[in-house]
Amino acid sequence: MNEKIKKASRHTNQNEGLIFEKSSPGKRAFELPPLDVPAAEPAKALGALHRKEGIKGFPEVSEIEVIRHFTRLSTWNHAIDLGMYPLGSCTMKYNPRVNEFVARLEGIATEHPYQPQDLSQGCLKILRLLEKCLLEITGMDAITLQPAAGAQGELTGLLLIRAYLQKQGDPRKKVLIPDSAHGTNPATAVIAGYEVENIKSGAQGQVDVEGLRKLVTEDVAALMITNPSTLGVFEQRLPEIAQILHAKGALLYMDGANMNALTGITRPGDLGVDVMHLNLHKTFSTPHGGGGPGAGPVAMKKILEPFRPVPILVEKENGRLALEPIRPDSIGRVKAFSSNFGVLVRALAYILAYGPGVRQATEDAVLNANYIRKHLEGVYELPYSLPSMHEVVFSDALQKKNGVNTMDIAKRLIDYGFHPYTTAFPLIVPGALMIEPTESESHEECDLFIDAMKSIAEEAATKPEIVKTAPHTTRVRRLDEVGAARKPVLRWKPAAPRSTAAD
Amino acid sequence: MRYLPKSPVERQEMLAAIGAKSMDELFSSIPEKYRLREALKIPGPYSEAEVIQYFKERAAENAAGYTSFLGAGVYNHLRSVVTDTIIQRGEFLTSYTPYQAEISQGTLQAIFEFQTLMCQLTGQDVANASMYDGSTATTEAVLMAQRLTGRQRVLVARSVHPEYRDVLKTYAKNSGLRIEEIPFTASGTVDAKALQAALKDDLAAVVVQSPNFFGAIESYAPLAEAAHAVGAMFVVAITEGISLGLLRPPAEADIVAMEAQSFGLPPSYGGPFAGVIAAREKYVRQMPGRLAGQTTDSEGHRGFVLTLATREQHIRREKATSNICTNQALCALAATVHLTLLGKEGLREMAEQNLAKARFALAELLKIPGVRRTFDAPFFNEFTVELPRSVKIVNSHLVREKIVGPLALGTPYPELTKHALVCVTETTPRAEIERFAGALKRALEQPV
Repeated sequence: MNEKIKKASRHTNQNEGLIFEKSSPGKRAFELPPLDVPAAEPAKALGALHRKEGIKGFPEVSEIEVIRHFTRLSTWNHAIDLGMYPLGSCTMKYNPRVNEFVARLEGIATEHPYQPQDLSQGCLKILRLLEKCLLEITGMDAITLQPAAGAQGELTGLLLIRAYLQKQGDPRKKVLIPDSAHGTNPATAVIAGYEVENIKSGAQGQVDVEGLRKLVTEDVAALMITNPSTLGVFEQRLPEIAQILHAKGALLYMDGANMNALTGITRPGDLGVDVMHLNLHKTFSTPHGGGGPGAGPVAMKKILEPFRPVPILVEKENGRLALEPIRPDSIGRVKAFSSNFGVLVRALAYILAYGPGVRQATEDAVLNANYIRKHLEGVYELPYSLPSMHEVVFSDALQKKNGVNTMDIAKRLIDYGFHPYTTAFPLIVPGALMIEPTESESHEECDLFIDAMKSIAEEAATKPEIVKTAPHTTRVRRLDEVGAARKPVLRWKPAAPRSTAAD
Repeated sequence: MRYLPKSPVERQEMLAAIGAKSMDELFSSIPEKYRLREALKIPGPYSEAEVIQYFKERAAENAAGYTSFLGAGVYNHLRSVVTDTIIQRGEFLTSYTPYQAEISQGTLQAIFEFQTLMCQLTGQDVANASMYDGSTATTEAVLMAQRLTGRQRVLVARSVHPEYRDVLKTYAKNSGLRIEEIPFTASGTVDAKALQAALKDDLAAVVVQSPNFFGAIESYAPLAEAAHAVGAMFVVAITEGISLGLLRPPAEADIVAMEAQSFGLPPSYGGPFAGVIAAREKYVRQMPGRLAGQTTDSEGHRGFVLTLATREQHIRREKATSNICTNQALCALAATVHLTLLGKEGLREMAEQNLAKARFALAELLKIPGVRRTFDAPFFNEFTVELPRSVKIVNSHLVREKIVGPLALGTPYPELTKHALVCVTETTPRAEIERFAGALKRALEQPV
């Protein structure tokens, strides 16, 4: 083992095949209580609709095998619970366990979305309090908690803008999106029925305000901007940008993916933003769970309120809360059954744990990013030098000279016990290393990360081969992604019966 | 604050290392006048005990302790404690989308198993790693059909979940789609004659649900044949996945959109659940969402990666098949664990119990004077009955007996006022079904 690798050591992990390969007829891991009514004869009740033969290939295993199977698989993952996960833009912070506990309470997890609203006041109060907290944090006037994730929040936001402009006679044609934006922004604009006009970032990586002035015409519905930008830099001229848009009747959409840099410090509503989404699975600590579920509430100014997706949460005169299904100007529903409620519960639990002290989390997140920047500046190239907020973006320009690129460095970081940073994004930085430590990392963990990054830089200069062939310590080595895409194998199939010589 | 791993001294040390005098200096790029001077007006900070207390108080204001006969797209089923034990392992709970395959093999193999299970259930060739829920999966299936056929007109059965149709309409508005609805027959299934009459070669898709919103099971073959006769895609939505333990899979479908909530996910007041899109292999490059695929590493070992990413927004941006990024991975994992626990026999038995209990409940209700069955099509665990008086009034009586009554159909279907959708699963004991029938009888006898 390399003595510079301080965080991780050798570790045995178990091999494990696919669950289908362990199956043997007659084994079982689940038993039902006996049926207490007369059995129905499926063949008689269903006739030709009956699947007589059962589900071919479905697993048949015991409970201990299920536990071992998934436990073994789990040990092949890196996780926040194991250590730093500095994926830029993803805000991999600690996911408090109490949030999981309260989301599973009897009376919370058990509630049906169609039960009478008089029997749902607890759920509705949770939604109401979360709405109020998020409005206070964003400085906005109205909110919808319905969208299931950030991308659906973006769509909801653009549909609100579209409905608002349509109401005035013309939905307009274009949405402007900086070249540093997340891929979801342009993909969303298309679904909302808009053409995308990509705008080039200025020399400092920010929106080129003078250039923007020329681009904002009566055809433009909105600008989608990420603030802080994907470079981790605050858009200082945002209020001015808002004015430019408003002067032409266009609106300002803010991608709130990076709200972890602003919470408790400044409010998008005060900066001139008209509508924004929040990623509760980023800023508000709900677990990423290997890719979801998330939630993407959309906060907005008063002018957009009439267009919110139904149902709308309202306070009745008697103090009761209700979900109202009909609003004449609503954009409609974006998902069935009100929201990803269980995710909202977790986010509220997080907010209540901090209260106004959530500002401290923001400060620590920015402190960590700047601390890492300070120690790695010069070791890695810093393409844009404006002050960093919650994340810092380097490039692999120095290491490239030795044939080592950002992906190689990222893979080598795995050997040092860290999850890689985000590679090759934003697109405006060739060979980007996008590092977001979040507030959840201690002084010590940040130092270990810095040491690892310095050590890798040294390796890149002196023995680049070890970096280019990393990782060296994982269960599997670099995987053949080209082959996977060329001949996709997307499901298990039982092995074909062995052919015999007679065939 | 218990979540923050820094002492005041450490903060000072780190600030000093940066060369900043104060925390404030770190935010100097934010114009002074936009910086908050006052603390946010939000409740807290709460200790862990106070957080739990707050939510327990809210839970007590809900319907815990009531017996429910609601389904309509969200179902109560038995769940093993094993499922939550597994999905709460930090390695699954606190990991990100498995883009770095070498240290995400656990998540990737589990997704691959999920995709396999979904294919086995639906009789399709490929399935994705999840969508937000059944409603957005259905919508994405239609958008996929639009791309595959290059056509804009879609026929959707009125017996498809009303909220699924609402979501489809929201998405369709700006994508050039024209949505038309197909009525249902007196049996409660899709009106095949009306479908025939609406067939034209401008049709992108025919969308049906089975068991449909009324609980009635559709026969796929004639509907598929009709759609295919004009070159349209046949799209099947499934809200109650447990039905697939007994029912023939929609093998005739080109695309299946399924809600996986029944596979180990609690109702949770409407989410988070997991949507599934499954389809014929030849359509895979137009599928939305993430896909895990099998491959090998540089030493020849089997491994898994996210694949065919050139369909997705982070690569294709405005040309992507969908804007979906975050999906419902942990919910899909729960479904994978749950279905693995159930296994072939457990799923069949669970489905059989649903079939038996729903039939028992229907027989009990039909003993009540004035209660009639609305539709005569075969059903799984939901059925529709007509009551001799308003469902809402009846339900208000039932609530007093700690029963959450069946769904009133009058709002989504004005012609079905006085009709109610009853759901009974394996979780409803016989005694509660009998108590419900007794309470319903009394409610109908109450003076107006």
